[in-house]
Amino acid sequence: MEAFLDFADRYNYVITIFLMIAGLYIVVARSNMVKKLVGLSIFQTSVYLLYLEPAKIVGGTAPIIDPAFTVYSNPLPHVLILTAIVVGVGTLALGLALVVRINEAFGTIDDDEIKPQDGG
Amino acid sequence: METVINMALLTLLAVVTVAMVVQRSLLSVVILASIYSFLMASVMIVLDAVDVALTEASVGAAVSTVLLLATLHLTKTREDMPRHGRALPLLLSLAVGGMLVWGTLVLPPFGTANAPIHQHVAPRYINDVMAETGVPNIVTAVLADYRSFDTLGETTVIFIAGIGVMLLLGGLRRQSSEEGAPEDPS
Amino acid sequence: MSSDLILRVGTKLILPFILLFAIYVQLHGDYGPGGGFQAGVIVAAVVILIAITFGHNAAKRVAPRGLVECMVPMGVLIFAGTGVAGFFLGGNYLDYSVLSHDPIHGHHLGIFLVEIGVAVTVSGTMVALFYAFVERGR
Repeated sequence: MEAFLDFADRYNYVITIFLMIAGLYIVVARSNMVKKLVGLSIFQTSVYLLYLEPAKIVGGTAPIIDPAFTVYSNPLPHVLILTAIVVGVGTLALGLALVVRINEAFGTIDDDEIKPQDGG
Repeated sequence: METVINMALLTLLAVVTVAMVVQRSLLSVVILASIYSFLMASVMIVLDAVDVALTEASVGAAVSTVLLLATLHLTKTREDMPRHGRALPLLLSLAVGGMLVWGTLVLPPFGTANAPIHQHVAPRYINDVMAETGVPNIVTAVLADYRSFDTLGETTVIFIAGIGVMLLLGGLRRQSSEEGAPEDPS
Repeated sequence: MSSDLILRVGTKLILPFILLFAIYVQLHGDYGPGGGFQAGVIVAAVVILIAITFGHNAAKRVAPRGLVECMVPMGVLIFAGTGVAGFFLGGNYLDYSVLSHDPIHGHHLGIFLVEIGVAVTVSGTMVALFYAFVERGR
């Protein structure tokens, strides 16, 4: 049981970092721009997890004041991440709009096919 | 119990992520991204972040998916094989991951109440929120009252993103149709 | 656009409840999970659902393009205007205590107005983004 709890403590962070490097890998290794943006979203959501995990108190409750509870999870990371999610969809939409325009200009959304056309 | 549910959901998240990395059909990737967002919202509920979970479920799983599908409709849905090697990105990712895991070794264990993050500003919000604002939902109180400057800036960012997309996708079309010269669809 | 009977009837049945849920999330944000962002996105989802099921023109009758484009800056103006109101009533920028005779009431009013502003901008932007992508494909 002790070993399991010790493992559980680390498991959250390990998965968060796995999601992070999966997003990083997609962004670096894949040349399709839509895939790159999805990878960027994965990276972004892993950062949400990185913020929200330390905010949790085991046995605590959601930060809504009620006389029946005394232990609340930390509300501050929730506020920061709430803002980040909505900004995230804004940047995703802007990126997708750029992809659409690139497709109209070059006829492809693949990074490797654009570079020779662009003289690079 | 919370810990076990959390671990199970996180494992599912990792599996969906692996599927997204290997999948070449972009349509499947988008649907998997939607599933990923719902799983992420479930994880957030387990982590007590109910407001964030509601946002992630509506924004990540609904609006993002619709926008991605609209983009795929305008472009193509198949991903080409990458032309360069995959060894370097994999090595880079693993190196970064290794360093980050090493960094987490000194973090406080999951869910402890006396971790440093719970000592500084959070008790101030939790203890004084009812007396100062009368709003029981602390997240709303901090978002719209204590830190309303942040939210104002953030609303402005949404505004700018909307204007940017409208200029990128709508502006030129209107101009070119007025001139009577449609764009070359190549 | 779509002639699928089940989809059309199902959408018509579920729409009022989605809209009601959006209003609940907006107004109950002080006491439970929710607020301007979530309600704005849910309202936008209603318009997107109409567009998917009944076609783009039906959605444009519900939410005309001009109105949606006005909503994008309108919400920011409501938010900033709430701050300026505090300015003129003798407080600091975005200080809600002076908005009403009682500071607690002032905070409630301020949060209410700010959340309305956020919801207007977010719903307007999401629908405008959707329209921009859809009209590009025509």
